[in-house]
Amino acid sequence: MKKSLPIIIILLFLAVLPLIGLSSYIMHILILVIIYSMIGMAWNLLGGYCGQVSFGHAAYFGVGAYTAGILYSKLGLSAWWGLLASFPVLTVFSFVIGFICLRLRGPYFALATLAMGEVLRVTSENLVKFTGGDVGILLRERTWVGKTWYYYIVLLLAMGTYLLVKKVIESKLGYYFVAIREDQDAAESMGIDTTLYKTIALCLSGAITGLAGAFYTNYMGYIDPKVVFNLHDISIVTIMVVMVGGVATYWGPTIGAIIMVFLAEIIRSNPGLGAAHQTLFGILLIFIIIFLPNGIVGDFQKIVKLFKPKGALR
Amino acid sequence: MAVQIELFLQTLIAGILLGGLYALIGIGMTLIMGVMKIINLAHGELMMVAMYIAFWLFTLLHIDPYLSVFVAAPALFFLGVALQKFLINPVLRVESILPENQVILTVGIGMVLANLATIFFTSNYRSTPVDYATKAFYLTDFWKDAPIELSLSMAWSLSFLIAVAITIALWFFLSKTDMGKSIRATAQDLDAALLMGVNVRMMRVVTFGIGCALVGAAGCLFLPIYYLFPALGGQFTLIAFVITILGGLGSTNGAIIGGVILGIFESMTATYLGMGWAPVGRFLIFVAALIFLPGGVASLLRSKKLGK
Repeated sequence: MKKSLPIIIILLFLAVLPLIGLSSYIMHILILVIIYSMIGMAWNLLGGYCGQVSFGHAAYFGVGAYTAGILYSKLGLSAWWGLLASFPVLTVFSFVIGFICLRLRGPYFALATLAMGEVLRVTSENLVKFTGGDVGILLRERTWVGKTWYYYIVLLLAMGTYLLVKKVIESKLGYYFVAIREDQDAAESMGIDTTLYKTIALCLSGAITGLAGAFYTNYMGYIDPKVVFNLHDISIVTIMVVMVGGVATYWGPTIGAIIMVFLAEIIRSNPGLGAAHQTLFGILLIFIIIFLPNGIVGDFQKIVKLFKPKGALR
Repeated sequence: MAVQIELFLQTLIAGILLGGLYALIGIGMTLIMGVMKIINLAHGELMMVAMYIAFWLFTLLHIDPYLSVFVAAPALFFLGVALQKFLINPVLRVESILPENQVILTVGIGMVLANLATIFFTSNYRSTPVDYATKAFYLTDFWKDAPIELSLSMAWSLSFLIAVAITIALWFFLSKTDMGKSIRATAQDLDAALLMGVNVRMMRVVTFGIGCALVGAAGCLFLPIYYLFPALGGQFTLIAFVITILGGLGSTNGAIIGGVILGIFESMTATYLGMGWAPVGRFLIFVAALIFLPGGVASLLRSKKLGK
């Protein structure tokens, strides 16, 4: 009970946050933070724990978003059904992707996923009859005008993701994942079916990311291939969220999402810096990799040491 | 019928010409991959830098893009050496959970390069209006009553020939000189090369430089026939990667064949399915290579040799 106390306090704090009358801009940013931390946690499951670095999480995000969008535009159902439908769709999709890409290891897997994300963008741009092409899909009516309910729904989804990731990592499955990350050949020789467990990690990760995508469709009310399959704004930012926050930590993606979303907003709202936001992100990424390779949460001790006065060390 | 054959042959020619240039990009990446065991995800962005160098040399000093190979390639060599020495090498020594940190680092480098280009040169599409760009050789010029008409753009064929020349020069460098042999030894077995007295650290730096110089040269060759914009890097990084998978990881000969295959395949999809589908064709061939030929063309070459 004692251990879960801080989590309960944080949740209570998050739950009452909309009640104190924040402006809709702040609410929007908070929802973005939660979406990104959700994708970050999903990425962390595959990349951080299982060691399979993916550069194409936009693919899962986009497929999830388009699942909801196509349900609405082609079948006339409410886009909220997309939240349910995205689970089976993404599981099958991730399985197929895993069948192809998980034959590769390390950096080769990374690049294969990058290619896949780009190809899905091009495909959805060209399949005009099915996806609407570059015009995208517009939800003609939004469920709520205010942001409060969206906030609660995405908070619920993110909480579920957090609990799922925690449950998985603390189970036997999680130990298999870490074993695969540390040494795939050794794991294989210990009797772990590495292909099977990597596929499981990919399916879980893909399904959660797709769920976030389906929510995104409902929340924004508009998707097009350049937004939901975006290499820089989704795939790379997801990696940065995890790298900045902390690879293979429970809270890393959330911390990373807070930092990255607020940083992006500050940079973009400043007219002098706005054009250079990719440069600043890139420099931040290089800096983090060289000096804090395990992220803020992972290398917290290192940061504390840095700021402590020299005498206090002894 | 004649029209169909004409279209097919014309597409094939365009594919081979494109493939020769692709091969040059692919060789750069495969060299780096072979020696350093990392993927350089900033490969396309480095090519973009070289293209801007050639573009400004043309616009300001009226230097032909083909001549700027001699400026851009050395410039890219030193840029590559600097990147390797000051950014990539330190990361190799850092302790971290994820082994792919260097790959993510190259993504960061690529982002910075692409964005700086946007800031300094704007995101306008640019091209070099060289006077030979519109000239072409026609089959009927040489053979008066040919049943079909084929054309060969002068700029394309020039770029292709220079790319082939550079490839041959590189082949001589790798197989005949001491340094080339040391690079190949490092790629084959790092520890053994170290024991034989090869300066492995230096070879890594030099290889990264050469890989960048090659893609820089390819950029100059692409400039007269293509257009230039800051975000062009990503697509060429992907092309280079597909070629390396297709050719077999770390194999230079494989990269040449892979480049030509990809070039032909891409121009076929562009002709018969439409321009927008070319990237999908790229991915299809990539998937097919992974499933049916995981070792790439290099494994085919090797098994042929063993058969003899």
